[in-house]
Amino acid sequence: MRHHPRRRHGPRRLPRTAATAAALALLATGCAGAGGTSFGGGDALNVLMVNNPQMVELQKLTKEHFTKETGITVHFTVLPENDVRDKISQDYSNQAGQYDIATISNFELPFFAENGWLRPLDQYVDADPDFDQQDILPPVRESLTHKDGKLYAQPFYGESSFLMYRKDVFEKEGLTMPAKPTWKEVAELAARTDGSQRGMKGICLRGLPGWGEVIAPLTTVVNTMGGTWFTEDWQPQLTSPEFKKATKFYVDLVRKHGELGAPQSGYAECLNNMTQGKTAMWYDATAGAGSLEAKNSPVKGKIGYVPAPVEQTKSSGWLYTWAWGMQNASKKADDAWKFISWASSKEYEELVGATSGWSNVPAGKRASTYANPDYRKEAGAFADVTEQAISEADPNNPGTQPRPTAGIQFVGVPEFTDLGTKVAQEISAAIAGRQSVDAALATSQKLAEKVAEEYR
Amino acid sequence: MTTTTAVRPTPPRPGPPSKRPTGSRAKAWATRAPLLPALVFLIVVTQLPFVATLVISFFDWNSLKPDQRHFTGFANYGSVFTDPALRESVLTTVLLTATVVIASVVLGLAFALLLDRTFFGRGFVRTLLITPFLIVPVSAALLWKHALYNPEYGLFNGVLTWFGNLFGIESIAQPEWTSEMPLMAVAAALVWQWTPFMMLILLAGLQSRPAEMMEAARLDGAGPWQMFRFLTLPHLRRYLELGVLLGSVYIVQNFDAVFTITAGGLGTANLPYTVYETFYRAHEYGLASAVGVVVVIGTVIIATFALRVVSSLFREEASRA
Repeated sequence: MRHHPRRRHGPRRLPRTAATAAALALLATGCAGAGGTSFGGGDALNVLMVNNPQMVELQKLTKEHFTKETGITVHFTVLPENDVRDKISQDYSNQAGQYDIATISNFELPFFAENGWLRPLDQYVDADPDFDQQDILPPVRESLTHKDGKLYAQPFYGESSFLMYRKDVFEKEGLTMPAKPTWKEVAELAARTDGSQRGMKGICLRGLPGWGEVIAPLTTVVNTMGGTWFTEDWQPQLTSPEFKKATKFYVDLVRKHGELGAPQSGYAECLNNMTQGKTAMWYDATAGAGSLEAKNSPVKGKIGYVPAPVEQTKSSGWLYTWAWGMQNASKKADDAWKFISWASSKEYEELVGATSGWSNVPAGKRASTYANPDYRKEAGAFADVTEQAISEADPNNPGTQPRPTAGIQFVGVPEFTDLGTKVAQEISAAIAGRQSVDAALATSQKLAEKVAEEYR
Repeated sequence: MTTTTAVRPTPPRPGPPSKRPTGSRAKAWATRAPLLPALVFLIVVTQLPFVATLVISFFDWNSLKPDQRHFTGFANYGSVFTDPALRESVLTTVLLTATVVIASVVLGLAFALLLDRTFFGRGFVRTLLITPFLIVPVSAALLWKHALYNPEYGLFNGVLTWFGNLFGIESIAQPEWTSEMPLMAVAAALVWQWTPFMMLILLAGLQSRPAEMMEAARLDGAGPWQMFRFLTLPHLRRYLELGVLLGSVYIVQNFDAVFTITAGGLGTANLPYTVYETFYRAHEYGLASAVGVVVVIGTVIIATFALRVVSSLFREEASRA
């Protein structure tokens, strides 16, 4: 019902093409990610790195110390983890030499090395005895050595995983944490500590989807319970009895005695729960201890640390490291090595210890760090357990059977970021109680089969 | 707005050229010329990247395997329509968009009707109601995830506990909002953000109702429901259409809420999130571009309708003068 007649102003003039063009203009906003890097002169180094706190600290100290001593200017490009991975693979795959150095992890090192994107560092290490290559913890060193026997990166810091628990809560409940707990014992302890304080749960385990979130701790449980993602000849094993048993165990434990809202809880949320006294135990990265023991933490000094729980293997902690990889096409290799050897050196750790405190030191890579009395004073509660966890990690043999690739909490193929994330969505839905573990793993097996086909 | 009459192309004749066509053509160009730089700029910054995306969508390109990049024709588009996960994300997008748009239009209409009355402190209330729309989407999503939904320290369960204590119930239910109804959780956060937008559009519509008409209806003895049903609602039809269409275009593209609240888990991955995952997690540039192109085509269809509605609104405003 119109209350006033529409007066027509001649024919309607809105050509469809114009409308569509305007609509396209509105919608097809291409995200041209402006890098915003200022490339320095001929002798400046260009470094591309992830925006973790330790790297940001390094950026501050470089100008005052490294550039002052060597005269080499360093330009940094700092990006979040996902973006940095993307930009590194773009730049290194083209071998344009835009960046001389980038932070790569032990996850992508094998395929970067395989593609010939990285320059081997052995000759520099041999010519630089001050760097003390033997001081680097063996598993970290090995995880940065490709199967051709050459070393392709130097670690900036390393981490493993272990179990953190509230000593005071255990004491109150009359419980003792075994020095080397098994998962069965941990499940019992989680049941006993669940609800020991108002709003306190037994254990915090990640449930947030993501190959770097729920998949990391879950895969260590799978390893130690005799399961694997793939057999040596690329047969996916996600529906095998061992993988099922481990996943059921993990999902049941987190559903029964784990944190509330588990499907949305990742590393950050669990750290929050542990700090706020909402959980009695937490199985996660060794990096978490630094935050729990920080000056303003309400649980500082109340936490005990034991190795990652096991079942059929001797150890089950994961291994992860951010390391400096030099681009093969870099024209400033000698200067680049100077920077790498400085950033990964003992001197740099001491420098950070002196300027901003020993808890901020990029640790987990050198044996000497753990012998350093200054560091022990600050990080004594977890130093030895961390070093032990990293030293016992064996990326080449993390489970009970041979694997097609090196890696503990991941499978070392580029497709794993996608596969792991998709499987994580399924596991997360099982934790939420929206589907059974069997259904989740059946779907995941099909996804894994697709990846395996390419490698068989 | 002046409308130029269409120029019939005249066949070229020898001798002095006819005045009229060239004259009007020159005049037409005189009006167009100042707009050209803007048009060229717009094409360069928006259409060229889109063309690049279109080209990339025909390649099998995984950034971690740069040597194996090759042309595959429509294979990526085939995957978009056959991959169950992608199909599901299309469904999720439709469901999420429809839920959010309908809920925020209904709520927006209710608030607009309330704000249309005069009462003490109306300006203040209006400002308060508009505020959610001004919050950065990602912070709004974080706020919902942690401050409201969190089962341990979130406001919702806190209120439940407080109620329980009030009535002496020891252990009142503490639902895990996001895990039990993930898509609803995302939708609720979006409804909260988009209701003010709908409210503003509908409020503008309400305030343009001819007062004498409402007065006449009242004198004729129409009740409030009849007035709403036979006068207000037909008058608001165009504004409702506009709100629905603009809202749909924006909400189809929403990424922040899904990324922050559920990280795409529990069946909440919509198309923009899927594009992100395909690009950044799977490094499949070709496939991600193909998904992007499909989303754009879908949105263009909606947007074309939106633009028609807007232009008809303008025409009505002009004819009312």
